Amino acid sequence: MQSEISIESVWKLFGKSSAELIEQLRSGADPEDLHASRGVRAAVQDVSMEVRAGEIFVVMGLSGSGKSTLLRMLNGLISPCEGEVTVKGRSLNSMTAPQLAELRRHQMAMVFQSFALFPHRNVLENAAFGLEVAGIARKARTDRAMQALERVGLAAEARKRPRELSGGMQQRVGLARALALDPPILLMDEAFSALDPLIRKDMQDLLLDLQAEHRRTVVFISHDLDEAIRIGDRIALMQAGRLLQCDTAQRLLQHPANNEVRRFFRDVDVASVLTVEAIVQPPPRLSVCDVGEPLPDDGGVAMYVTDRLQHFRGLIRPGLGWVDMAAIKTLSIGTSVKAAIDVVATSSEPVPVLDDEQRLLGVISARQLLLAMEAGG
Amino acid sequence: MTLILAAAHQPGWLGQAIDLSVEWLLANAQGLFDLIKVSVLALVSVTEMVLEWPPAWMFALITAALGFWRVNGGFALFVLLGFNLVLSMALWSEMIATLSLVITASGLALLIGLPLGILSARSRLVWRLVRPCLDLMQTMPAFVYLIPAVMLFSTGAVPSILATLIFAMPPVVRLTHLGIIQVPDDLIEAGRSFGCSDRQLLWKVQMPSAIPTVMTGVNQTIMLSLSMVVIASMIGGGGLGDVVLRGIQQLDVGMGFEGGIAVVILAVILDRLSQSFAGRRGSSLQQRLRAWMAVWRSS
Repeated sequence: MQSEISIESVWKLFGKSSAELIEQLRSGADPEDLHASRGVRAAVQDVSMEVRAGEIFVVMGLSGSGKSTLLRMLNGLISPCEGEVTVKGRSLNSMTAPQLAELRRHQMAMVFQSFALFPHRNVLENAAFGLEVAGIARKARTDRAMQALERVGLAAEARKRPRELSGGMQQRVGLARALALDPPILLMDEAFSALDPLIRKDMQDLLLDLQAEHRRTVVFISHDLDEAIRIGDRIALMQAGRLLQCDTAQRLLQHPANNEVRRFFRDVDVASVLTVEAIVQPPPRLSVCDVGEPLPDDGGVAMYVTDRLQHFRGLIRPGLGWVDMAAIKTLSIGTSVKAAIDVVATSSEPVPVLDDEQRLLGVISARQLLLAMEAGG
Repeated sequence: MTLILAAAHQPGWLGQAIDLSVEWLLANAQGLFDLIKVSVLALVSVTEMVLEWPPAWMFALITAALGFWRVNGGFALFVLLGFNLVLSMALWSEMIATLSLVITASGLALLIGLPLGILSARSRLVWRLVRPCLDLMQTMPAFVYLIPAVMLFSTGAVPSILATLIFAMPPVVRLTHLGIIQVPDDLIEAGRSFGCSDRQLLWKVQMPSAIPTVMTGVNQTIMLSLSMVVIASMIGGGGLGDVVLRGIQQLDVGMGFEGGIAVVILAVILDRLSQSFAGRRGSSLQQRLRAWMAVWRSS
């Protein structure tokens, strides 16, 4: 996949920034000392990452980790002191103010933690704001804004003022305002953090639905690891302005780069992060035989039968004979270990794991499942 | 004792410098002042002509209707009773004269003040220059403006309007500036993130959010205009102030009181009407009409 946004060794210091200070930090000066002695706050330090087209990329960190600053550098609201941000192959550093405005109007839209809806506009006018700024004619922008509102389930509230809506509904308006532009890139700054847990989950589902309909590149800032794991294709962990590690949740869990990463995942429910392919084992026996041949007897272990292309066909239970695949519970890749527990626990033999084309990848036994969860925790 | 009093009457070096500069202006920029005089006079004459055109009853009805639309029924009733009182005191033409002075002066004050407020909010340098001027304009005793105004424009409506203009402008500049700079940061950021240019940010985000504060400034400017226009009767501004002034000069309590009451009525009407544009109204016109119909039927 091609990278949509790339960030290359970006630095951002607030206060009196200088190349010399960055050099000091690079050679190991303590940012805390710098803050105390020079009043300079190092918000982002030497961060590089690539965001691929069509993925939900979560930047995750606690408050003060520099993640919001990082997000604002992607659309040029904040410009880096050093380093380069490239969007769709174009560097932001060299852009003039009108070019930046064009980029924001057509390539990326932002959703805010505080919703940031305009109190003097009604819901429809809020949703149409980006289109209005981009100079779209009234009729066309009203239609598109209305479509966006319908998509987030707020068509009935179009004439209301934002303050008449609940928090969750307000953020739906915020989302509609971004979606109305139909931007290839969505920037979401802790977009769901201010919402109640149940509403937050609804909004996450809405985002995942939207993503299933039409893949956008989403950069999502969050301080909630559960949220990051739930919606993120990949997660970048940040701490004190530095990037700790950037990978899928599963790989972060299985191969943490350092203790800080491990600490983040300490309280995470392993079973919901790990997927079955991470713990799958090869089937107990592989042998080739033709149709009509007598079955090899294997003394008490189930045998898994595939065709020549590895497509799973069924299995042979000891003493019971042939069982067709239609009667067997299987797991497909991408299923979380948590969801697999039930299937594995109620199956009399290790459960086969199949890929998208029904090929047998291996099996999971109850024993492996328990071991994996133990090791992860 | 007499010596000290005599010394106090002499202008100091600053006063002399100001005297000199006013004299210099008179000698060298007479043409400019004539131009200002003629245009302001034309403006106030046209305003007065327009206000005098409808008969008193029609004027009162129009104002009451406006009051019913913007404020409420009780206020409309007040407008009718108030104007009736003014009419019965035979002060109608004086009130119209005062009103046209107020409209001209506050109109000019807004014409200059609003852009100045916007400019102050957008440039820190402009604000740094404008702010001490505003402080000076607001704290200087109002009467002081009358002296140079008379010297430059002699007596009558024009110097009254110009003195009023200076006296009444600060609130609208200050509150426009305040309204714009106190627009929440996240709204500014949202505007920017959707690609607003500076101009779009001003007209689509900052000004609409600032409107309630700006309108409070407009209201204050109008009210200050009214108070100054009354004072400006001392330099021949005419209108209700003239009635009050004559009451003072002739120690005629009744006349002074009548003039004062008329000023109060005008003040209340101007205040409520201009304030109604500052905030959102509680209930829509339709709702209030329905409520009134209900009252009508039940009685």
